[in-house]
Amino acid sequence: MEPMGKLRPSALSGKDLPWRILWDKEKCALCGCCTAVCPVRAISLGVHRRREIRLALGLVEKPANVYGVFHGIDQTTDPAHACMGCGMCSLVCPNSAIFPVKSEEIDKLRFHINSGGEPRRRGGRRNDPSSVLDRIKFIRISMLTDPALDAGRHEFELRTLLGRILPPEEAVGAASSQGWIPPVREIYPLIIGGMSFGALSPNMWEGLQMGVAYLNEGMGMPVRISTGEGGCPPRLLRSRFLKYVILQIASGYFGWDEIIHALPEMKEDPCAIEIKYGQGAKPGDGGLLMWHKVNKLIAAIRGVPPRVSLPSPPTHQTKYSIEESVAKMIQSMYMAWGYRVPVYPKISATTTTLAVLNNLARNSYAAAIAIDGEDGGTGAAYNVSMNHMGHPIASNARDAYLNLVKIGRQNELPIFAGGGVGKNGNLAANAAALIMLGASGVQVSKYFMQAAAGCVGSEGDRCNICNIGLCPKGITSQDPRLYRRLDPEDVARRVVDVYLSFDSELKKILAPLGRSTSLPIGMSDAIGIDDFHAAQRLQIKHVV
Amino acid sequence: MEVHVRCVVARFWLSETGEDKEDDNDVCRLFAVTSREPLSPMIAIRALDVMKEGHDGSGVGLYMTDLGGDFEQFKGSPILSGIFSQEGIKKLDRYMMELGLLTKFKFSIRPSKEPPAGTPRRDVYLIRVYEYPYDWEGLSEAEIMDRLMKIRIDLRRLGEEDESMMVFSFWPDTIMIKEVGDPMAIAEYLGLDRKGLQARIIMAQGRQNTNYAITLYACHPFFLQGYATMTNGENTAFAPIREYLASRGFPGYTGYQSDSEVFTHILHYTVGRLELGIDDYKHIITPLKDEELVRHPDRTFLRNLKHSCRFLTIDGPNCVIGCLPDKTLFMVQDSKKLRPGIVGGKPGMFAFSSEMCGLEEAVPSREKNYEFQPMKYDVAYVDASRMEMKRWSQWESSAHLH
Repeated sequence: MEPMGKLRPSALSGKDLPWRILWDKEKCALCGCCTAVCPVRAISLGVHRRREIRLALGLVEKPANVYGVFHGIDQTTDPAHACMGCGMCSLVCPNSAIFPVKSEEIDKLRFHINSGGEPRRRGGRRNDPSSVLDRIKFIRISMLTDPALDAGRHEFELRTLLGRILPPEEAVGAASSQGWIPPVREIYPLIIGGMSFGALSPNMWEGLQMGVAYLNEGMGMPVRISTGEGGCPPRLLRSRFLKYVILQIASGYFGWDEIIHALPEMKEDPCAIEIKYGQGAKPGDGGLLMWHKVNKLIAAIRGVPPRVSLPSPPTHQTKYSIEESVAKMIQSMYMAWGYRVPVYPKISATTTTLAVLNNLARNSYAAAIAIDGEDGGTGAAYNVSMNHMGHPIASNARDAYLNLVKIGRQNELPIFAGGGVGKNGNLAANAAALIMLGASGVQVSKYFMQAAAGCVGSEGDRCNICNIGLCPKGITSQDPRLYRRLDPEDVARRVVDVYLSFDSELKKILAPLGRSTSLPIGMSDAIGIDDFHAAQRLQIKHVV
Repeated sequence: MEVHVRCVVARFWLSETGEDKEDDNDVCRLFAVTSREPLSPMIAIRALDVMKEGHDGSGVGLYMTDLGGDFEQFKGSPILSGIFSQEGIKKLDRYMMELGLLTKFKFSIRPSKEPPAGTPRRDVYLIRVYEYPYDWEGLSEAEIMDRLMKIRIDLRRLGEEDESMMVFSFWPDTIMIKEVGDPMAIAEYLGLDRKGLQARIIMAQGRQNTNYAITLYACHPFFLQGYATMTNGENTAFAPIREYLASRGFPGYTGYQSDSEVFTHILHYTVGRLELGIDDYKHIITPLKDEELVRHPDRTFLRNLKHSCRFLTIDGPNCVIGCLPDKTLFMVQDSKKLRPGIVGGKPGMFAFSSEMCGLEEAVPSREKNYEFQPMKYDVAYVDASRMEMKRWSQWESSAHLH
């Protein structure tokens, strides 16, 4: 007999998928909410045939079959529509009849998401829950001689500096000679990192901005947010809130036409200009906004035609080296705002960080260095870049700090570290650890997506479809039907919650260490780790 | 200079985890006096003795300057203070001879009695006045200062190799004595009431040592090129401050067996290198908060100073008593103000003390109405005229206090 069809290599069973949908027929109301909400159309209402065998007692009646149907949920095994575990079906189910379950073994789907020779691209994170930062403990607890402080009642100054800081000799000299002193911002050490208008939905962006504005104007916390590479809405550019915003310029220069045109009408200077040379999620690769998300609004702000993919080049095309970038790009950005706005580069963490750093240290205009570690998240990248490229942030930031100590410039060039801060929910502890390793502050993004907007992404390859505009929570979608789910007011409220709780937790860490007058940058005597080699590498105490 | 910078950096790497630091400064008691008439150091020892409840008698440190008695006549000549073994003396003599430094006057103490309980037996407590070599004539003051400091650091290093020498200071008009044990017992043992040993400024610390392995290099007061400080409390921001000072490329910023040594070096850096005053020292170690600075008349300068000296901000609790090369004595608190400190006296004589009972013991006939306990914004200081105790607050405009 001829087979009904061939078994193709990429024909998968439910068992081969990373996520299985478990559905309870008894509870299911067949309302269709789950199938309607599924962003990837992994499930559909199905009609199932079922055979029922009826056996009467005794020998008189012969057993009989009854063929019937029942209605329920089908899960597709097509790789293009494989369930990615977002759990929206559970969220909308009125009877809790359905939920995704992670496969207990490594899925087979991963071997097949390259149809047409196109490797897997996705958004999200590195999908590795391990974290050196989580393992760092704060071990120098003030006891009798230097009493621990009261985190709730004591006064703390939790501020950091963003800007090129003159060495004391030059600062005193500049004061007496009325010389130029580089602009320096006194800011809160937790910065919302670059997530572009385009990568994020308009509602998410607005919510973050409103939260930041409220923290500044209502709570007196000088919180700053980076735009990412996607420009900035024209009204924000012309508003007083621009001073809370770090404008990012990256290799695609998206949105800079709009920014330059707004320059004469700006009421306030932006907080700073961040020149992105690299990011942790896809180091050595440019930004990527896939065509799904390039609608009319995004296209207008970025100055591109709609519905085309926007891959930024890996490097700034007008530059052939960081040296030239430092010399020219930083200069021209300073010039654009009359030398009143700090300009600093952001790079991916790499073994060549120190070369960049030394170059920046010699350039008297470089305002800081932002280093993004391998655990940085993104809206879109190749899976291989996210999972395998890049350098962990802890040792990279530490090396950078110790290098500055060696040349005596640890105060002149602040280091901002990012990538995996709070990846497992320990935001304040991770931030404090990086600060004590030598960072002047931290940049955090994914945590805000999770905490302020309910992103369902996790370190277990859950959801991760930020790139195709189908974000079930409306965070990274440009489809109004999806982003209407997210109320900007709610996002703003949650941003404020996150900052206030972070502030309390940071004080709960610093108070027992006896620190309140200044941020404990480089206070490496206060931290330890239970791994001998990590302790050696980070030059901190080994504690077991 | 190159070699020294490398030494400093190498030291810093070695001591990165701060394990070589000794907590020496915790709840010590401090006493300092400035007087128009030279005084015996016993006045300070007695003041420490009445404050004994606040220190455990684990050691004493003495700094004397503006010397009287036998040293009045040697004002310009460098005086070496330290503890030496017989072998150390030989080493010292060889070293000094090579440099052409000749002994001018000796005031060394060679104890013959049994030391008090807890005090080790030493061969010589050396106080020796030297004469500058001929080839130093015509050198600039800065060059002489650097050479004297370098000699002290060299001697310390040579002594550390075989523990034959401990050198506390090598500077004109300066004597330092440090030892383990009860201050009064040590003073009697060493005969510090000797007539020839007198000074117009005396700083003394009664140690409350939290570490049984007592290093005298961790004992206050600390001294560098005419600047001296002693501290009560613990500086929780020690590690980054040490790194910052050690990376200034100045060979004198070294040591740091105690977290309080940084206070002396910050003072040296502020006044000696930045050419600012003790008002700015106060602004550097305890800057006003950002929102306070906005309301300050000197906000632009102070904001830049705060930014530039961010790594020198201390994070107490600390009470610092210090002395400048111009013989101004001062007291400041950190911004938590968790340590006691009082200043009082009468024209001609003022004392700075951890506790009022120490002040009462030293200057019972003082003008009590004018006593002052500096709080978190204050500097209390008495200049070399000893006419009055002056107060300055960080809220005031800069007074250029030096």
